[in-house]
Amino acid sequence: MNQPVIQVKDLSKVYKIGHERKGMKGTTTLRDSLAELAHKPAELITGRRLKKEEFWALRDINFEVNQGEVLGIVGKNGSGKSTLLKILSRIVDPTEGEVRMHGKVASLLEVGTGFHPELTGRENIFFNGAILGMRRKEITSKFDEIVAFSEVEQFLDTPVKFYSSGMYVRLGFAVAAHLDPDILIVDEVLAVGDTAFQKKCLGKMKSVASSGRTVLYVSHNMFSVKQLCNRAIFLDKGHLSYSGDTEDVIDYYLNRESAVKFEEKYEDRPSEAAQFTSFRIVDGKGKASGEIRINEPWCVDIEYKVRKMCPGTIVAIEILDEEGQALYMTSDSDQKNRLEPLKIGSYSARVPLGDVKLVPGTYLIRISIQSPSKIVYDQYEDIVVRILQDARDIRETYFKGKYMGYLANKIDWAVDKV
Amino acid sequence: MVQGAQVLMENATIIRPRSKLRLNFKELKSYRELFFYFAWRDVKVRYKQSVLGIGWAILQPFTMMVVFTLFFNKVAKVSSGSVPYAIFSYSGLLFWNYFSSALARSSASLVANQGVITKIYFPRIIAPISATIVALIDFCFAFLVFAGLMIYYHIAPGIAGLLFLVPAILITFIAASGLGMFLSAVNVKYRDVGQIVPFMIQIGLFLTPVIYPISLVPQRFQWILYLNPMTGVINAMRTWWLHQGTINTRLLGLSILSALVLFIVGYIYFKSKEKEFADII
Repeated sequence: MNQPVIQVKDLSKVYKIGHERKGMKGTTTLRDSLAELAHKPAELITGRRLKKEEFWALRDINFEVNQGEVLGIVGKNGSGKSTLLKILSRIVDPTEGEVRMHGKVASLLEVGTGFHPELTGRENIFFNGAILGMRRKEITSKFDEIVAFSEVEQFLDTPVKFYSSGMYVRLGFAVAAHLDPDILIVDEVLAVGDTAFQKKCLGKMKSVASSGRTVLYVSHNMFSVKQLCNRAIFLDKGHLSYSGDTEDVIDYYLNRESAVKFEEKYEDRPSEAAQFTSFRIVDGKGKASGEIRINEPWCVDIEYKVRKMCPGTIVAIEILDEEGQALYMTSDSDQKNRLEPLKIGSYSARVPLGDVKLVPGTYLIRISIQSPSKIVYDQYEDIVVRILQDARDIRETYFKGKYMGYLANKIDWAVDKV
Repeated sequence: MVQGAQVLMENATIIRPRSKLRLNFKELKSYRELFFYFAWRDVKVRYKQSVLGIGWAILQPFTMMVVFTLFFNKVAKVSSGSVPYAIFSYSGLLFWNYFSSALARSSASLVANQGVITKIYFPRIIAPISATIVALIDFCFAFLVFAGLMIYYHIAPGIAGLLFLVPAILITFIAASGLGMFLSAVNVKYRDVGQIVPFMIQIGLFLTPVIYPISLVPQRFQWILYLNPMTGVINAMRTWWLHQGTINTRLLGLSILSALVLFIVGYIYFKSKEKEFADII
């Protein structure tokens, strides 16, 4: 009945990683190349070549998307999500395979791309609109709508360099949302911005989809994927490892063997001001474990490194449910009750979470180093902890694991017979 | 069956590994407004928080003219023949500045727009081409001063001069954007271009008869200078606008040919490297 509007066939993308020069990204200087050239004859003679390593960011991806469908794309960092979106947005070329897309495509890989800080909000609407493929006439006719959606009327003639990050995101999304594409590709753009606006954006995307257009949506936020998408694909190390109903894909994502991480060492990234170096969930017996009995006094061990002083910054641990909804948050400033700078040094912390009683189930733990002004120095949210039932618990005997709500704290009732 | 679907959906976008040099005119046409938006943004940004604003477009060549007149004419006694040295050097600077600023902007254009290039698709060729438009706007203002000088010195342009004005602008554009396309693509990988271009422009000012008449160069070597498209443009303008010197039309043809070659080579190189821009920029 439905015709596929996007057909992806055997899509692969390979990156050649040469001997990187001091983290200079892709930029090489002429001198380097000349030096390399000088080595070539020698290599030919000796038959020894500096082999460039190949990295397959995507390998043999196949899927189709029908008109009016909202497809979620999930996967960990480095799974190839961004590369896939970049190919679909025609920013980079695939190495092999092909994609057919029918209709006008608009992609939003980053909110406010092309915004120039010196230009005013009004000027940026026009420039951003044009670069996203809108005609001047279109922009003029939708201008008021865009402004209304973005809620920045007051600051329309202020250069956007003076905008708050929230305003910036709102304006950027507003322009892109009014492109009227047949296919809308959205990357995790809603990571910033307040909850109310995020809801508004999700609503806008839903209405785009319900008017018969197609949406591809990438997000870390499982809750929004679940809310928005009817189907999803799961990418793992460049391969499409699962596709199906959103619920199934998310279950798969959370329950997969390798997704269950309770112990992790993080690579050193010397350019970061602050970063985590390790993470561990420790059970009541002091062993690393991803499964905790409900009454067990478990804790989380984290280690982090601060290379530059971070003013007013907290180290936080959050517990999220399977849908990405945060249930609980604690931070190193809980007891101090004031914001302090993170000073240079290496730290380790043990965070006892045994008092946070959660009903049995699967939870995600998010660790972050962040400041209230929304600077996130480091963050991970792919740690999974399973809270198991305790057979001896009276609730288990009577309710057979069907707990109500989220919290499982036991409370002393003062019952008097009167 | 696949072919059937292809016919059915005419507006399908097909993404596959590409390797063609062909320019998609249809697509370029649908993006035509973007040429001007890029230029418009650059002009806006350039004159934000600047007191003189577009006045700089006039002040720069005018100051250069004054300085060159003082040093080359009054001190070093470079002769400009039948016309005052001031207008002689200004006529050269007018086109040389247009060429050099178009070239500088064009060759920096991809790197300057790197944030956009890694996040949004648009025909990449728009960046180096539209970068030259800003230089053209400056040229227009600088030309007003030239017209003023013509009146001041009571010089009337010949018919040939008036007819040649648009071709002169076009040749400059073709040469600057051709070299610009080439250098902008090289710049994506080798940032050395950022160092080379200002240096090239400085040297170029002396290898082009901007501040001296070409007659200073021995006749048999002149054709070498004409390999530089700007030599042809500037000399033709001087002959037909200021009635100074003579122009050998065959050598002018050489300049035009060289501009075209620059453009074609630049275009081919740009197109052949285009697909890696977003990966390595």
